[in-house]
Amino acid sequence: MALTGTKAIKAYKDILKGKVWVFPDNVDTDAISPTQYLSNINAAVEYTCESVIKDFPSKVKDGDIIVAGRNFGCGSSRETAPIILQEKGITAIIAESFARIFYRSSIARALPVIEIEGISKEFKTGELIEVNVPEAEITNLSTNKKFRGKKFNPILLNILKNGGLEKQLLAELKAQGKG
Amino acid sequence: MSGKTIAEKILASHSLSDSDIIPGTIINAKIDLILSHFGTARVVLDYRKIKPSKLRKVFDPSKIVVILDHYSPAPSERIAAVHDIIRKFVKSQGIKFFYDIKEGICHQVLPEKGHVRPGMLIIGGDSHTTTHGAFNAAACGIGNTDLFHAFVTGQMWFKVPETIKFNIQGNLPYNTTSKDIIIKIAGDYSAEVARYKAIEFSGKTMEDLSIASRMTMSNFSLELGAKFAFGVPDQKVVDWVQERTTEPFNLIKPDLDAVYEKAFNLNIDDLEPQVSCPHTVDNVKPISEVIGTKINQAFLGSCTNGRYEDLEIAAKILDGKKIHKDVRLIVTPASQEVWLKVAKSGVAETLINAGAIITNPNCGACFGGHQGLLAPGERCISSSNRNFKGRMGSLAAELYLGSPATVAASAIQGEITDPRDY
Repeated sequence: MALTGTKAIKAYKDILKGKVWVFPDNVDTDAISPTQYLSNINAAVEYTCESVIKDFPSKVKDGDIIVAGRNFGCGSSRETAPIILQEKGITAIIAESFARIFYRSSIARALPVIEIEGISKEFKTGELIEVNVPEAEITNLSTNKKFRGKKFNPILLNILKNGGLEKQLLAELKAQGKG
Repeated sequence: MSGKTIAEKILASHSLSDSDIIPGTIINAKIDLILSHFGTARVVLDYRKIKPSKLRKVFDPSKIVVILDHYSPAPSERIAAVHDIIRKFVKSQGIKFFYDIKEGICHQVLPEKGHVRPGMLIIGGDSHTTTHGAFNAAACGIGNTDLFHAFVTGQMWFKVPETIKFNIQGNLPYNTTSKDIIIKIAGDYSAEVARYKAIEFSGKTMEDLSIASRMTMSNFSLELGAKFAFGVPDQKVVDWVQERTTEPFNLIKPDLDAVYEKAFNLNIDDLEPQVSCPHTVDNVKPISEVIGTKINQAFLGSCTNGRYEDLEIAAKILDGKKIHKDVRLIVTPASQEVWLKVAKSGVAETLINAGAIITNPNCGACFGGHQGLLAPGERCISSSNRNFKGRMGSLAAELYLGSPATVAASAIQGEITDPRDY
């Protein structure tokens, strides 16, 4: 089965820049990761979010960033949801709010997720965004407006900086094995 | 100092951090029980990356339950291979509790087999792990990487959640159920009302409800965004759990001066059956506004509503009647124990005589895996928990969520039907 590991996790960067895709409220995990492709990421990436934005899977580019409405990632615990978005090249998601499990899994996968009230009204698809991850500061480079979310707790920021929870744990175990 | 909610008390007793247990704080906590199903395969792949290989051990083989409930029995060679990977891992790790394809849905089997007790901190690789809040356990779903971390360390980071309270009063009207209450809450307060929060259900109605009905509400609370969803901590819980296990436990009750972010008061004396319409769970209408909507399929099952009382209320409605000729009624008991009980009591016979298909206990149709998917343009009334676009097959199908009584009455008429007429 084509279960991917961590190959889509990119090296951590404090500053991310990219083109924006604006998503509506309540984008669910079945839309991001359709059930029929649950065990086949390679197929799933071709269809991700097509029920929300028809040409997203064909047009999304490496380095793009999602700006979404409320409750992004609601539904299932399937971690394929953040994985597929990373496979598609998404480097960060800024949303008005996230569903809990999606939020956790994104952190675990070193995908920065930042909550900012009202943010989806401040961007249009195609505009340029800059994300300062440790400061949780967002800039719309097309309008030059700045927005601030709540800074990450140090435990969570460490997971992001270490390239995700899996990589962090494997490194700890390796050190333990030598000890 | 103010009092504590149930969530705060359980997290405090499991915390490995020095921080005070107040909402918003992030702590590291030790876990009592890990539930893992099909997603165990990803954990296995992660385990293969651990070096040195002598460290490829689960933290405690007696605190992990692995169960094959999604895609059971395997509908394809690909899935069979995944099951095979999981079985071999379970054996090699000496995992004490493994339930193979026959047992049923994890959230039903776990409590039935005595794994769930009040006061426990439980995580599961399935979103509806909130179900176990009905047994006064703090239980939540997580993704596979967190699951892997927990398998290895027995620990996880938790954000201490705010708690909100639903105080529910009144008597359920004829042929309305706890499903109607929780759908009504989704409709009135949105699918985000409990996002990242703990829920405590309280009030006379909750006390009156059976454990099964409370499980439905704790289960569906995930669809409101909940992290934990506690039923009332009362003698019914104690009696139910003591029938299943001899392990000791204490009920965890909130302090009288516990601090709630918000409290909601509901009276359900006049509650009408409620339906979640396509394609979000909070697109809710009272049944009177959707009566007559034609259906092709009716599904009765899932971790939300596949228990004995759910099949029983459907059988009472279907007794001596036939379902509509153009409708498929698919019934999936939640566990082998439920299946056996409906087989013995005559409920199964009533359902079959009415024209139902009864499948083995599994998650199949509800999550769009197999055993009852929908074609483009088809419509289904379902007792399950999600009606997202494409959830049960085609993106161009429509899913309506309702109670088991609504599903049964609708199957007879071939259109969404008020169960109070039966």
